[in-house]
Amino acid sequence: MKDHPMSPLPRIVITGVGLTAPNGNSLAEFRANLLAGKARIAEIEVRHMGRQPVGVCDFDATRWQKRKEIRNGTRVGSISIWCAREALADSGLAWDSLDHSRVGVYLGITEHGNVETENEIHNISQFGNDTKYWTHHHNPRTVANNPAGEVTMNMGITGPHYTIGAACAAGNAGLIQAAQMLQLSEVDVAFAGGVSESIHTFGIFAGFKNQGALASHPDPTRASRPFDRDRNGIVISEGGAIYVLERLDDALARGARILAEIAGWCINSDATDAVLPNPDRQAECMRLALRRAGMKAADVHLVSTHATATALGDVQECKAVREVFAGCPGTFVNNTKSFIGHCMGAAGALELAGNLPSFTDGWVHPTINVGELDPECEVPGLVVNRPVKAPRIEAILNNSFGMLGINSALIVKKYGVA
Amino acid sequence: MTKEDIKKVVLDIITDIAPDEDLSAVKPEVRLRDQLSLDSMDFLDIVMELRKKHGIEVPEADYVQLASLDSCADYLLPKFQAKAGK
Repeated sequence: MKDHPMSPLPRIVITGVGLTAPNGNSLAEFRANLLAGKARIAEIEVRHMGRQPVGVCDFDATRWQKRKEIRNGTRVGSISIWCAREALADSGLAWDSLDHSRVGVYLGITEHGNVETENEIHNISQFGNDTKYWTHHHNPRTVANNPAGEVTMNMGITGPHYTIGAACAAGNAGLIQAAQMLQLSEVDVAFAGGVSESIHTFGIFAGFKNQGALASHPDPTRASRPFDRDRNGIVISEGGAIYVLERLDDALARGARILAEIAGWCINSDATDAVLPNPDRQAECMRLALRRAGMKAADVHLVSTHATATALGDVQECKAVREVFAGCPGTFVNNTKSFIGHCMGAAGALELAGNLPSFTDGWVHPTINVGELDPECEVPGLVVNRPVKAPRIEAILNNSFGMLGINSALIVKKYGVA
Repeated sequence: MTKEDIKKVVLDIITDIAPDEDLSAVKPEVRLRDQLSLDSMDFLDIVMELRKKHGIEVPEADYVQLASLDSCADYLLPKFQAKAGK
């Protein structure tokens, strides 16, 4: 196998982040709730499914959109615009003087269009299934580039935009795509991350339910419990996290605050099963990301797990993490879905965001809702129920896996660390 | 149903589909596009809402009749009356 060191290519850094999670509409709020152990999962009515535990975001879309934009667009379009606008504000970029044709938008999605199609099927069912009542907004709402396209229209971005369909590995995939486009000099600034509106499609709930993978618990805030012996599945959530990425030289030239450097990545495929994860390929994915970053496993101080609280998935990932990080006493392991559920296309991007402040505050937020740790999920360094102050956090490996056997691992490091 | 009733029906639809617009001073004789920020998709929304809420069909060849509130009233009045007479 050939090495593909990143050193000859431009270094890529994160200079802004905007997000909406069920428990926070800014990185500061999100981080504070993660360190305080505050989950936020509601129980809401889902069409045809009854009441379900769901992660719902409560950002004010009218801050950045006209009401007509909100009406004609999609929920995930609004999530994307919120995140991109907030990321821009966070980055300090001089937007008005920037060449907008050199800006790209790359957003990871698990799926898109189910929500809008289900809504129209429901709509025409009220009219005897006569398709003349099917909305003309359906196609612009359901084209796969919709979330990224809505961002460009709202912000006047004339560079490239598209989404990256990567199941629940999508958040990492959006960032990886953007880093590559910046390295190729296709763009000078990238808005990249992952987004999801999947709580509004009953089909996702029904699919997981009939797969035996949909969470339930009398207390919705305890429903998402990765690694717990009694975990019983996924809490579906909406959300988004979009980052501003730039080449390091550009960021330094404008005196930008650098939140982190993209150090390495890997996306690979199990090629074994549509839904069952493969720990061998997951471990390989992490190792290849380390290799690209030119790092050893011990150089990673925090592994952000993907675990979704399914019976098998958590065990498989723990097996892979144990293997890759064996003999790494300085490596902590955590999980964010226990607070916010599974934000699908946004999961990887949001979970990375929740951990980024550890570079400066030195804390590792825990995975919560663990009543009794599943012995098969015991991993050295796993931070359970209470945050831990780490001696140092200088590199984070962010796992994000998805159906059809797509694995992604993204490594970011504290800027300025060799 | 009077022409004034029909103008109110159309304005109520526009309130829903163009919620950012100030409709307090819409001139009935002036083209809607010349005084409001409405595009072709919005006019399709007006057609759809007439269909869904009032059972009124506007064939594509007649879309031009929806240009102003006055022309809407003139064009739609017989349709509403025919529907009421059924």
